[in-house]
Amino acid sequence: MCRSLFLLFESIPIFMAEVFYIPIHALLAQLLLGLVNGSFYAMLSLGLAIIFGLLNIINFSHGALYMVGAFAAWMGLQYLGISYWLMLIIAPVIVGLFGILLERLLIRHLYKLDHLYGLLLTFGVTLLVEGIFRSLYGVSGKPYPTPDALQGAADLGFMYLPIYRGWVIAASISVCLITWFIVEKTSLGALLRAGTENPKLVEAFGVNVPLVVSLTYGFGVALAGFAGVLAAPIMQVSPLMGSNLIIVVFAVVVIGGMGSIMGSILTGLGLGVIEGLTKVFWPQASNTVVFVIMIIVLLLRPAGLFGKEK
Amino acid sequence: MNSKSVAPVLAVVAIAMLPAVGAYPIFIMKIMCYALFACAFNLLLGYAGLLSFGHAAFLGAAAYATGHALAVWELPTLAGLMFGTCVAAAMGLVMGVVAIRRSGIYFAMITLAMAQMAFFYFLQAPFTHGEDGLQGIPRGQILGLDLSNDLNLYYLVMVIFCIGYAVCWRTINSPFGQVLKAIRENESRAVSLGYEVDRYKLLCFIISATLAGLAGATKSLVFVSATLSDATWQMSGMVILMTLIGGLGTFTGPVVGAIIVVLLENKVGQFGRFLSHLTGVQWFQLLGESVTIVIGLIFIFCVMAFRRGIVGEISHRLNKT
Repeated sequence: MCRSLFLLFESIPIFMAEVFYIPIHALLAQLLLGLVNGSFYAMLSLGLAIIFGLLNIINFSHGALYMVGAFAAWMGLQYLGISYWLMLIIAPVIVGLFGILLERLLIRHLYKLDHLYGLLLTFGVTLLVEGIFRSLYGVSGKPYPTPDALQGAADLGFMYLPIYRGWVIAASISVCLITWFIVEKTSLGALLRAGTENPKLVEAFGVNVPLVVSLTYGFGVALAGFAGVLAAPIMQVSPLMGSNLIIVVFAVVVIGGMGSIMGSILTGLGLGVIEGLTKVFWPQASNTVVFVIMIIVLLLRPAGLFGKEK
Repeated sequence: MNSKSVAPVLAVVAIAMLPAVGAYPIFIMKIMCYALFACAFNLLLGYAGLLSFGHAAFLGAAAYATGHALAVWELPTLAGLMFGTCVAAAMGLVMGVVAIRRSGIYFAMITLAMAQMAFFYFLQAPFTHGEDGLQGIPRGQILGLDLSNDLNLYYLVMVIFCIGYAVCWRTINSPFGQVLKAIRENESRAVSLGYEVDRYKLLCFIISATLAGLAGATKSLVFVSATLSDATWQMSGMVILMTLIGGLGTFTGPVVGAIIVVLLENKVGQFGRFLSHLTGVQWFQLLGESVTIVIGLIFIFCVMAFRRGIVGEISHRLNKT
């Protein structure tokens, strides 16, 4: 894809080329950064979509749990000397278990109420979790070393690819695709989809729906925890890293619509790339471009790109 | 004079007396600004059932606009306040048009995203001075009264608060307010009765944004500054909490909630030191620095077990007996 984009830009007429030629390396670098950010958007919006599908709540604490994942990795290395690779498995499990606890103790009691209460509750949980990490570690970012095996850069001929960034993209896309496969193609996923459509009927078939709900929530937030570990070496590990991200992810979710798993993945990646490209051409707008796209999509297609009108 | 019209008069007299009995004017003014902000928010959530997660944008925008108008353009105080309020109203129109295209949870996410967009604009735009914010905004004078005197300003803020509160009351107790409640309770039925639901929602959103703007404009005058913290999502969360504690959809709830949250913000440190002194647990010393934890806990508690809020709970108990 990068190569074809490269060729595309080469064929642009001279007067345009003067604008584009200078930042061509910057362009590719930003494209890559955009893909990295896009992978995080994809993983987080995927988790949000799965949770929303079954629980009908928007999990505001998704960003905070992503931060907990990153902190778990950092604390594991700092205090116990647990390696990055092990933490890649342990941290999502910790976050997932925390999520299940949260669902069992608190969220469960709100299903009968207006869905807004779920949003408010998880907002409170966000403040609590962030507040705890802030009082323990302050607001400054903590560096996390890139694991040895993923250091350095690969020469792709037209650009240098920092291996860790390549790994983040590959790992997150794989996780997204595995999730897609589980939800859409396995019997476990069929159960999940049936539960989304009509929980009462599924329960009548003898399925333990409350358990499925707990596990789904746990899995959704475990994805956020996994994203957090992946983010630890490239973003500064800080208590605030999640809340800034989650608002963009909300916009991504609104743009994509929460109807389809593949839709969340594609929207997340696509918006990351658009954001990266905006950084090259109009850096000041890169923070807001996702929100602008959200407004345009809402005006043209209120249900979102992949959503269904009710 | 019946008892219904006595209560507001007594309340106004009581507020007017507060500085005379030793209350710190700036503190009461802060409460009044936040109370107006919370009332504006409650108009939208409590009466139209729309949860806006971006109300801080109106508070912040109006504060910046008023600050800029007074400090740079050197407009008279009243014109500056009106300019700030109008800016918030215009923002309310734009945000409202986009946000009411979805409802429920999406509405909340859209307003949050758009407010974040406004936040990034304020962060980068040159007139807001980025992280520093606007400082030393001149308060000017009104009707020959020098507003740099806190007590003079106090009475101006009181008048503004009363006007804003009266607008809320009039909106709720009008045919328009009744339609809003109908939409909140059953939107499809309101549609089937021939009401253009979107117009009602939009108008409610604009009124709410305007009043939130009035609160922000006034706040910039009280603190002679306008900073980024007014426009953050944490501030949007704060106003939700105030309304929730006081009681959603109750008329006096937001004011009670605002008083509690402002008190909490200012006094939680002292309370922590007191607890630490009492129990000997060192950790309580840190309570002042971790207001977020306390606020998060209260948030969770209110959502789980105290959804009616203080005023809602009281009126519920009174109605039962």
